[in-house]
Amino acid sequence: MLDCTPKDITERKSGGIINPAKTCQPIGAMYAALGIHKCLPHSHGSQGCCSYHRMHLTRHFRDPVMASTSCFTEGSSVFGGGANLKASIQNVFHIYKPDVMAIHTTCLTETIGDDVSSIIKTAEIAEGKLVIHANTPSYVGSHITGFSNMTKAMVSYLAKSTSPEKKEQANIIPGFVNPGDMREIKRLVESMGIEYIMFPDTSGVVDSPMTGEFEMYPEGGTTVEQLQDTGNSQITLALGRFASSDPADLLNKDYKVPVATLKTPIGIKATDALLMTLRNSFAREIPKELEIERGQLVDIMTDTHFHFHGKTVAIFGDPDIVTGITEFVLSLGMVPLHVLTGTPGGSSSSAAGSFEDDINGMLKGAGIEANVKSAGDLFTLHQWIKNQPVDLLIGNTYGKYIARAEDVPFMRVGFPILDRSVHSYLPIVGYRGGMRLIEMISNALLDRADRDAKDEDFELVM
Amino acid sequence: MAADLAESIIERDEFIVTKGKNKKQLKCDADSSAGCVSQRACVYCGARVVLNPITDAIHLVHGPIGCATYTWDIRGSLSSGAELYRNSFSTDLKEQDIIFGGAKKLAAAIDGLVEKYQAKLVFVYSTCIVGVIGDDLEAICSAASRRHNIEVIPVESSGFIGNKSAGYRAAGDALLRLIKPFESTVVEKNNSINYLGDFNLAGEAWIIQNYLRQMGVELNVTFTGDSHYTALKSAPNARLNIIQCAGSMIYLAGKMEELYQIPYIQISFLGIEDTAASLRNIAAALGEESMIVKAEELIAKETARVENIIKGYRAKLEGKKAAIFVGGGFKAISLIKQFREIGIDVVMIGTQTGRKEEYEIMNELVDDGTVILDDANPAELEKFMMEKGANLLVGGVKERPLAYKLGIAFIDHNHDRKHPLSGFEGAVNFAEEVYSTVCSPVWKSLTSLGMGSGVENHG
Ligand code: SF4
Ligand code: SF4
Repeated sequence: MLDCTPKDITERKSGGIINPAKTCQPIGAMYAALGIHKCLPHSHGSQGCCSYHRMHLTRHFRDPVMASTSCFTEGSSVFGGGANLKASIQNVFHIYKPDVMAIHTTCLTETIGDDVSSIIKTAEIAEGKLVIHANTPSYVGSHITGFSNMTKAMVSYLAKSTSPEKKEQANIIPGFVNPGDMREIKRLVESMGIEYIMFPDTSGVVDSPMTGEFEMYPEGGTTVEQLQDTGNSQITLALGRFASSDPADLLNKDYKVPVATLKTPIGIKATDALLMTLRNSFAREIPKELEIERGQLVDIMTDTHFHFHGKTVAIFGDPDIVTGITEFVLSLGMVPLHVLTGTPGGSSSSAAGSFEDDINGMLKGAGIEANVKSAGDLFTLHQWIKNQPVDLLIGNTYGKYIARAEDVPFMRVGFPILDRSVHSYLPIVGYRGGMRLIEMISNALLDRADRDAKDEDFELVM
Repeated sequence: MAADLAESIIERDEFIVTKGKNKKQLKCDADSSAGCVSQRACVYCGARVVLNPITDAIHLVHGPIGCATYTWDIRGSLSSGAELYRNSFSTDLKEQDIIFGGAKKLAAAIDGLVEKYQAKLVFVYSTCIVGVIGDDLEAICSAASRRHNIEVIPVESSGFIGNKSAGYRAAGDALLRLIKPFESTVVEKNNSINYLGDFNLAGEAWIIQNYLRQMGVELNVTFTGDSHYTALKSAPNARLNIIQCAGSMIYLAGKMEELYQIPYIQISFLGIEDTAASLRNIAAALGEESMIVKAEELIAKETARVENIIKGYRAKLEGKKAAIFVGGGFKAISLIKQFREIGIDVVMIGTQTGRKEEYEIMNELVDDGTVILDDANPAELEKFMMEKGANLLVGGVKERPLAYKLGIAFIDHNHDRKHPLSGFEGAVNFAEEVYSTVCSPVWKSLTSLGMGSGVENHG
């Protein structure tokens, strides 16, 4: 099935994409905006885009995703969308009553050149209500860029510095991860006894509990007061530089909040780095319970390393997640042969180098040569795998076609996951997340080994 | 929430009626208002949904990446042959293309894909942005068509010129181009029929094909479920068109009547009542005695087979209340009848793109007190489902979690359906699906969790 992919790799002149490994900016902006308490994301463009973004997020989180749209018509595309946006601002606050309206643009409004910030400035906005916006043209970057841009807008519109003295608190930008990951990161920080502001924070919004009532604005999300207070924090931890370093840098530039840009805390090394940074910045001890968790993870790794050693793996998805997973599987002795993200390049203004450099650096350290690519697509990944098969494929739902065509065990991680549930509740970050990842990898590899074993090789104990 | 709603409802007043209460006309088919949380999709979406099931075509989306990603294989249309349609092709427009135009990139993408996949048919979908930067799709496609000596058909589906219905029309135009006979060919009429408006979700078209075969009716081609280039090309040869999803196909059917003298009849294979009536109508329209006899045999046999099963479900479901929010009006109408077959009353009904005539029929079919609404937003759905005590919502992807959050059962009657819902076996599946969600034990967990008085088992 679906095996139309030719094995021979020929140069692709067109620059088009076959089977994307990314999607567009606005959906990332919408997701970020959901992480503000009582915020309604607003899509400035045609209603179709908004509908698609909501649908996609709904499929991933299996929770209602609310967002409004400017509902463009032919007229607005000719004369500009100013009138539509102003009407939208009025209607949104009147009908849906959020505290914050977070506008993102779409390709259409970017192309016709609507100047959203001037439109906002001249719009009537009710007392006590806030409107922020991010420009999110999809012909630049990916959904990760959109997430970063909206998070940046939270800083540029809302952050303040109210005193020259910094407070003893950390800003934490978790990046484009699941609410389950955000909860886990918060738990780590809390257990160190450190005050913090996480933004955006979609936990309690897209993983809200069943109450028998539909809450347009569930309890979760970073509050406006917290966002305003980010300028007073002593440090910003940007977790995952593609999604998080731009907003952190802006806080530094505008309010002199120093930045620590770290990897998404996947696996031992990256989680250690997070905790050590917190420890050093706030002079706290790592609590016993985290020491124990770490010890347990190491114990599990040693108990099972023989299952993983030398197993080849292909990894694709969003750059911050892929970077973290690559580092973690290397620490298990696995061999990444193909590593790909659909998101292009490095994050726009960060000087921290590129995805390909990061991954190649890690691989070089392990003495492995591999195919590594940013701005790639799944057609390319599939061709790579055809030429150099792997034992395991790790990525989002779209990997299932390749897994089936090539009969490779497949482990779902990242965004979007449209065909399984619960993934957004359970973390892959932190030591506990590391345990979960090992469980997932073992299940994928060992279920396959059991399935394929000859009777005489079929074993009870593995 | 309730207080906020009062106002939203004042503004959308014209789009909502309660049967028996107000005499006014429901307003529909208008643009959604700026700033709404609309459930509606775009022109491109409508066009893509109709054309995507053509299995051996390259469906190339000319635009930025998102429009292609979100439509990658989301429609559960099954294929008995080619799988090419399940790939996602995009020109992935970039900043420089927006400035200088995307024509070159598009032409190169077509060349590359045709070479790779040896396809005979390419659809090039226009997205909003292409409408603005003004790439001449027509010219690019006909040049590519000549270059490769295959069909490269532009689909004019820039999203902001209307809603999904406009997309159906754009797809209709593309299909008309496709089925247009080559100048050298003479259309030779045969005794077959075309089946319009079944996308073979979960294999539904196969069920109907099987019925037709048993009646001795020759099926020429299905638009567009499990169809392919060669079969579609033969469409003008048919004697009769039968249309299932009227919203998406009525335009095409009208045109085919005009151009190829193919009359059409509307049918519906949702529910036992409509399925039986439709099979009879087809036989009657074709007018052959043997078909009429065989249709009766088939109906008798199948009804006998499923009747008792349905009765069993009916006994368990009697008295439950359903809310319906689906795309088209025609489907909504069939659903009202189908719910009646399993003893369920419809207390709220709405569509995204229903037409005036369809709303009139709905209004006739439902009981007094039923709420009828056009292009509803989530808050309205919530309000009326709670007010009317619905036990079940029929809807699409975005409505599912909403229903669940309210403790209301749900079935998907759209892209995400998992079982065929057409014909006699579809009627059984439908009853089974309704039963398994309405009577699921999960709803009991809500109350026993003791999470407060808000949580009641509506099931
Ligand atoms: S850009 Fe236009 S065509 Fe694409 S999803 Fe948005 S509304 Fe639809
Ligand atoms: S037009 Fe742009 S914003 Fe809309 S779906 Fe397509 S890529 Fe995304």
